[in-house]
Amino acid sequence: MLRIEGVTKAYPGVVANSDVSFSIAPGEVHALLGENGAGKSTLVKMIYGLVKPDSGSMRFRGATYAPAQPSAARALGVAMVFQHFSLFEALNVAENVALGMENPPPMAELASRIRQVSEEYGLPLDPGRMVGDLSAGERQRVEIVRCLLQDPKLLIMDEPTSVLTPQEVGILFRTLRQLSAEGTAILYISHKLEEIRALCDGATILRRGKVVGTCTPREVSAREMAEMMVGQTLTPPERAPRRDWGDAVPALQVKALSVASPIPFGTSLKEIGFDVGRGEILGIAGVAGNGQDELLLALSGELRTAPGMVVAAGVPLGAAGPNERRRAGFVAAPEDRLGHAAAPDMSLVENAFLSGAIRKRLTRKGFIDRAATRAFAEQIVKDYDVRTPGTWVAARALSGGNLQKFVVGRELSQDPQIILINQPTWGVDAAAAAAIRQAILDRAESGAAVVVISQDLDELLEIADSFAVLNEGRLTVPRPVQGLSVDEIGLMMGGAHGAEAAHA
Amino acid sequence: MLKLEKRASPSTFWTWAAPVVAVALTMVVGGLMFAALGKNPFVAIRTIFWDPLFGEFAFYFRGQLLVKAAPVILIAVGLSLGFRAGIWNIGAEGQYIMGALFGGGVGLAFYPAEHWFIFPLCILAAALGGWLWGMIPAILKVRFRTNEILVSLLLVYVAQAFLASMSLGLLKNPEGQGFPGSRSLAQYPATANPELIAGTGIHWGVIAAAVVVLLTWVLLDRHILGFQIKLAGQAPRAARFAGVSPSRLVLLCMGVSGALAGLAGFFEVAGPAGQIKIGFNVGYGFSAIIVAFLGRLSPLGILLAGLLMALTYVGGENASTNLGLPSAAIQAFQGMLLFFLLAVDMFTNYRLRLVRRRVA
Amino acid sequence: MLGGIDPVVLIAALMVASVPILLAAIGELVVEKAGVLNLGVEGMMIMGAICGFATAVSTGSVWLGFVGGALGGAGLSLIFAFLTQIMLANQTATGLALTLFGLGFSSLIGQGYGGMKPPPIGPVPFGPLADLPVLGKILFSHDPMVYVSIAVVAATAWFLKKTRKGLILKAVGENHDAAHALGYKVVRIRVLAILFGGALAGLGGSYVSLVRVPQWTDGITAGAGWIALAIVVFGSWKPWRVLLGAWLFGGITVLQLNMQAAGSWLPVQYLSMSPYLITILVLVVMSADRSRAAMNAPAALGKNFQASR
Repeated sequence: MLRIEGVTKAYPGVVANSDVSFSIAPGEVHALLGENGAGKSTLVKMIYGLVKPDSGSMRFRGATYAPAQPSAARALGVAMVFQHFSLFEALNVAENVALGMENPPPMAELASRIRQVSEEYGLPLDPGRMVGDLSAGERQRVEIVRCLLQDPKLLIMDEPTSVLTPQEVGILFRTLRQLSAEGTAILYISHKLEEIRALCDGATILRRGKVVGTCTPREVSAREMAEMMVGQTLTPPERAPRRDWGDAVPALQVKALSVASPIPFGTSLKEIGFDVGRGEILGIAGVAGNGQDELLLALSGELRTAPGMVVAAGVPLGAAGPNERRRAGFVAAPEDRLGHAAAPDMSLVENAFLSGAIRKRLTRKGFIDRAATRAFAEQIVKDYDVRTPGTWVAARALSGGNLQKFVVGRELSQDPQIILINQPTWGVDAAAAAAIRQAILDRAESGAAVVVISQDLDELLEIADSFAVLNEGRLTVPRPVQGLSVDEIGLMMGGAHGAEAAHA
Repeated sequence: MLKLEKRASPSTFWTWAAPVVAVALTMVVGGLMFAALGKNPFVAIRTIFWDPLFGEFAFYFRGQLLVKAAPVILIAVGLSLGFRAGIWNIGAEGQYIMGALFGGGVGLAFYPAEHWFIFPLCILAAALGGWLWGMIPAILKVRFRTNEILVSLLLVYVAQAFLASMSLGLLKNPEGQGFPGSRSLAQYPATANPELIAGTGIHWGVIAAAVVVLLTWVLLDRHILGFQIKLAGQAPRAARFAGVSPSRLVLLCMGVSGALAGLAGFFEVAGPAGQIKIGFNVGYGFSAIIVAFLGRLSPLGILLAGLLMALTYVGGENASTNLGLPSAAIQAFQGMLLFFLLAVDMFTNYRLRLVRRRVA
Repeated sequence: MLGGIDPVVLIAALMVASVPILLAAIGELVVEKAGVLNLGVEGMMIMGAICGFATAVSTGSVWLGFVGGALGGAGLSLIFAFLTQIMLANQTATGLALTLFGLGFSSLIGQGYGGMKPPPIGPVPFGPLADLPVLGKILFSHDPMVYVSIAVVAATAWFLKKTRKGLILKAVGENHDAAHALGYKVVRIRVLAILFGGALAGLGGSYVSLVRVPQWTDGITAGAGWIALAIVVFGSWKPWRVLLGAWLFGGITVLQLNMQAAGSWLPVQYLSMSPYLITILVLVVMSADRSRAAMNAPAALGKNFQASR
């Protein structure tokens, strides 16, 4: 149905795709597998008409295919569900669907067709609801229904399960199998190997923009695919047995933490409570948009609460700001590195000063100690293997993985007592991710209390001592990781909307 | 085909080349504008930019240069702090008027007494007046999240009406034969802001401007407060992460810029303008916005940009008397300068690339 | 306090007084809905005022004057569109530059137009309707532009609420990356919105110099553009509420002018401050309501867009 031959696309400084070829048959679910930065996104953008290839050719349903823009691709029957949703929060479901269609019917008719299609495929949706009020899973349904209404011949799904609970993944897979049975080809982009083994008929594996292998996922092991994808063997982090510090009071206590979200369409935190002791790592899982950002803000002090809601070593700090908490031994690494954890246009030296000024004592009577600040930045770059021409470059010039190493390194180098990290390895290549995890474990071993928020379950199970799930602003009771089964985790993550959808 | 490409780091070369290129482009297009007005563009440009510095009457104009530059620089340095932090005080003209009214008002309250402390007191009152006027939009923004751009600007019109009311009422010169306007502050020794060194144009406002430029430079380059101001403007969320209180910065930046504008207002009415009267304010508060941007929001840059702006004022007057060029032309000329700067500024963060389209 | 002011006359007069800011505010509303903040309304209005005036005086047609005014405003807005959409300049700074340049350039063009009279514009002949008591004066005694401006409000409301193009415009203002991903031409849509906003601001400005005053003086718009910007916030980006805001402001202007004429106990200067002070007050009340202000403002307002790879 779709055949791609020798497609190459280069950007200044990077070759995103080099001589890529593969093909998909009608009704086939084909996986495009690769690490972040392997060139998957660029490839699908070319298929969807957002980017033009430098060379190579594409054929779709027997004819030469070179869409000038997405509308041309849509007209020929190619639909795409984006990784970062292309939705408009202040508009309702029907309006969002209409925007993705070439010739939408009048609103009333569209609304009834949305209802009809969404029921048919087991994806219930209310066309009149504001998208900003929907959960991540429901938002994805909006995208899928938008595609289905156009009767696509080829459906592209870019990392569709990264925002879903295990139950929602099950629902999605049923829908996709139903579509493939009806003859729709599906191009499925992911780096999650088990999913691909469960769903896909064929797979093309990319590394650094090149095809490095093809396989039939059902017939090979996840390990074989992983090695093709990464191109090296990985070492899991070392863990020393946890030491008992014998503290009377836990290093960090959170008690009945409730606070409204400062983010428009955000999630309020409701009655969150947990203790973390010295040397302990608490892993908090959950689907994006369930209060992760808000929880980090409330813990780091950017969002203030009643004093007793956050207590460090017995001292109530809920009403304290970020710098007061830094003085009390807190460090924090927010998820969004460019713009939140770091200032994009400032140099690495200035960015080292940004959060290190207090604990590293980089000021004297309000005046910046430039030599000490530069030394601190250089030390981070050296200790955490940050690849950069120097500490004078702007943060935005670093690749995502290198900037993440810098940000995490900056926080961990401040001899912290309490470490808060959201998505420590998001978008980071496997080797760097392993290094970051090892650094977190090392800090815990030397006595820091650690809270790691992540959407990567494997990561949490690898490093955490105890495990809890954030769901619509509520936190489950933390449980020891040891002895936790996948089914139990699924139940913890389930939440209300997953179960309800499963019945529909 | 030309394509824009974001630079990895902002270009230092273009940061400083952009104003120069903008000035050059403005001269070219401004020259065309003068030609359209029926003037010889070369003569016009020479009259504005060359004669005041090196012409026959340069001895007079050079002094005028500092007189015009001082208030603009004083205001622009204050504004630049806010602009860097993403706080837009557009109402410096109003704060300038209020400073003049407060400072002048305090001085006139002592008339005709002679004490050494009157002049410093006037300066304090002027700073207070400008500060108060700047704090209105600041407090409204912090307390109610009201847009400071609109409020500070609307307050200019209020200040102008207030100035009119004062010139016609409370502060009106009782011996002025019914003419609107206050007693002369420049001829009342206790409040006068005279030329300190004959022929140079240096008065207390010039000295204040120099001191403020120096202090601000140290603040921005060396002090944590300067770092916080820059951070808040470039990455507001990162600033909150760094523990910067946005409200505190708003109050600080609006307050400082208001106070500096107020100072400029008093030095003007006590010196060059001589008295409080309707229309003594000639738009320095607005020109300062251009100067702040032209000077790259950096104190030393503003110093240069302020002198250039003063040159357009002085040269404009020269052109208006000698060539009959309408004074409005200079205002349009200044606006044009900002346009070109904004356009050329793109090269600081982007580079143009020639992309050859290959046939797929 | 209202002594001697006939409420019917007041209402009729406020409808006329509100036309310039109404037109400018509706134009800016569309621009902001597309995600662009153009602070140059004052500059575009005054360019409209002088271009309209000059056209009307030289052609003898007040209608061509309005066309000239709209073109003048749109022409200046083209500079804004070029700088912010193509050269990716800061929108706040560019808007200010527009106003500063507009004020200077208009007075340059306006040299020699001082003291001239533009051709007059009469009321729409409604015949006997105009003689109805009360209603006739309020509804049927105005010049055509009053009705045109209300029609513009209705058309804008319909466009934004009911049409696909309106939906696309809102989508661009809400999330330009998503709109781009769906294949919509973000820059083109924004440029068109900016031109529309400029034309309406220019039209509003020409109404000031051709009907309201009617003559040319420097700085004739006297902050009307800034008030129009405030009224967009007041109307929480909804066309009919913007109309309400414009009438409220028109009412205050007319009232204070009448009080000046009637010889109020308050000095004239304090009365002429009142429209600005009340606009500030209204802004405070509107923005104090956190949730409403945050929800209605287009999410991408003031952010520049550049297509990424």
